[in-house]
Amino acid sequence: MREELFMAGLGGQGVNLAGQLIARAAMDAGLNVSWFPIYSPEVRGGSSTCTIVIADGRVGSPTSERPNSMVLMDSTSAERFAGEIADGGLLVINSSLIREVPRCEGCRLIEVPANEIAAEIGNERTVNMSLIGAWATGTGVLTVEDVARSLRAMLPERHHVHMPANEAALQRGAEIARSLA
Amino acid sequence: MSEERRRVFISGNEATAEGGIAGGCRHFFGYPITPQNKIPEYMAEHMPEVGGVYLQAESEVAAINMVYGASAAGARVMTTSSSPGISLMQEGLSYMLGAELPAVIVNMVRGGPGLGNVAVAQSDYWLSTRGAGHGDGRCITLTPYSVQELHDFTARAFELADRYQNIVMILGDAILASMMEPCTLIPRTEMPPPDRPYAVGPHAPGSRERNIINSLWVDFDVMEAVNIRNEERYARAAAEITEWDEFGSDDPQVLLCAYGISARICEGAVMRAEEAGVRLRLLRPKTVFPFPTAPIREWSERVGAILVVELSMGQFVEDVRLAVEGRCPVDLLGRAGGNMPSVSDVLAKVRQVAAKAGV
Repeated sequence: MREELFMAGLGGQGVNLAGQLIARAAMDAGLNVSWFPIYSPEVRGGSSTCTIVIADGRVGSPTSERPNSMVLMDSTSAERFAGEIADGGLLVINSSLIREVPRCEGCRLIEVPANEIAAEIGNERTVNMSLIGAWATGTGVLTVEDVARSLRAMLPERHHVHMPANEAALQRGAEIARSLA
Repeated sequence: MSEERRRVFISGNEATAEGGIAGGCRHFFGYPITPQNKIPEYMAEHMPEVGGVYLQAESEVAAINMVYGASAAGARVMTTSSSPGISLMQEGLSYMLGAELPAVIVNMVRGGPGLGNVAVAQSDYWLSTRGAGHGDGRCITLTPYSVQELHDFTARAFELADRYQNIVMILGDAILASMMEPCTLIPRTEMPPPDRPYAVGPHAPGSRERNIINSLWVDFDVMEAVNIRNEERYARAAAEITEWDEFGSDDPQVLLCAYGISARICEGAVMRAEEAGVRLRLLRPKTVFPFPTAPIREWSERVGAILVVELSMGQFVEDVRLAVEGRCPVDLLGRAGGNMPSVSDVLAKVRQVAAKAGV
């Protein structure tokens, strides 16, 4: 198994932290993983990106030319990166912010209204969680339970009060992915 | 401390810093520079937990001279910096090689020459393996290629520095510094203070000869003796600690040679070798001074060509050519300025090199 995941969004959207959570969850699930914060030197203008390689064998190169999956959080990132996904790859987009669905022939698309979900849950800081939930379920690399367990381990005790909201957002994303399967 | 080793998900910078503490470093002096600022930040936070000293110097020149002083007094000491900062430290490093003192130096290499940029590069290979500074002194140079190896090599560097009474350089880069991977931590055991009979420090009058730390040797023969002792150290290190790893085909047509982050890209190329239709093997040095001359020489008699991949216009490739001594063609894929070849770029170059060599 080798999964090359590329994530991009605006600075401040928590792209890197979301990527670190996925990577940490992969480690906790007994997989090899690398988290790599630079995509290419032309990435500028507020975009924040990271590449996560998850493998049951050697990771080898921590970079990716044609990611198997992408999580794109804003319209600039969608325009810029969606075309680079591998054939048959999984594209998860935050449809709250990406009005124009990116063209990606041969890819599987999951549209997650992540901001609306976060608003319904009543915790706007859970935006990334529904996207991660959709990605995890869509790829089958991790379960949302894996992600929740690692999030709990990463969060300082005083933030554990936010776990139910985060778990709810993960589940909402997972449901959307399942409904498309 | 429990016997079970803790597995954590951390950056290369953090793994390096924790490796220093695990290796017994209790004195850290440094001056900030991107992309390694997480190291001093980590040291500032965690050195007090082990009763150690963290001090931010007023410059790199001050930092390296603090390292010099602490080492002279018998401390396990380190500093970390990035390319332009390491340039500033060259004088102090040369003096320490002249005074035959141990220390651990980490260079998270960035683009150069000049102030350059803060992106990844491997263009300080010569700076590390040919120096430091003026004179015949050399730095034992280790080349980790993962977050785990940054941790392990930094911890081990203190033992090597003491064993050879010499500077040990960890040659990292901006990507290894900032990327995150799982890392199994070495426990922070209480290191016994190293036995350094040459160190200066308080002692009862008449209890021993006065120790003097110096790198000024006016007498020709005394100066030459320092150089001969250093050469003996390097010969011993070559016999005892030269280390490398190999991965890929047992019957390769092309041998890839790379270290650090370039070795990760090359590992990816070996994993996809069938795309190039060429049998590939990677040889990656874990030490570049001492250099794994013997295994590269052996492979050069069995492969059609060697391809060196490095993030410089060609520094490491010179040592490979010295090892090969013309036995097979040695080609270079070099990028600079923060640019990196992709795995596909490496495979395309492999095809070229193989075709040219007729394999």
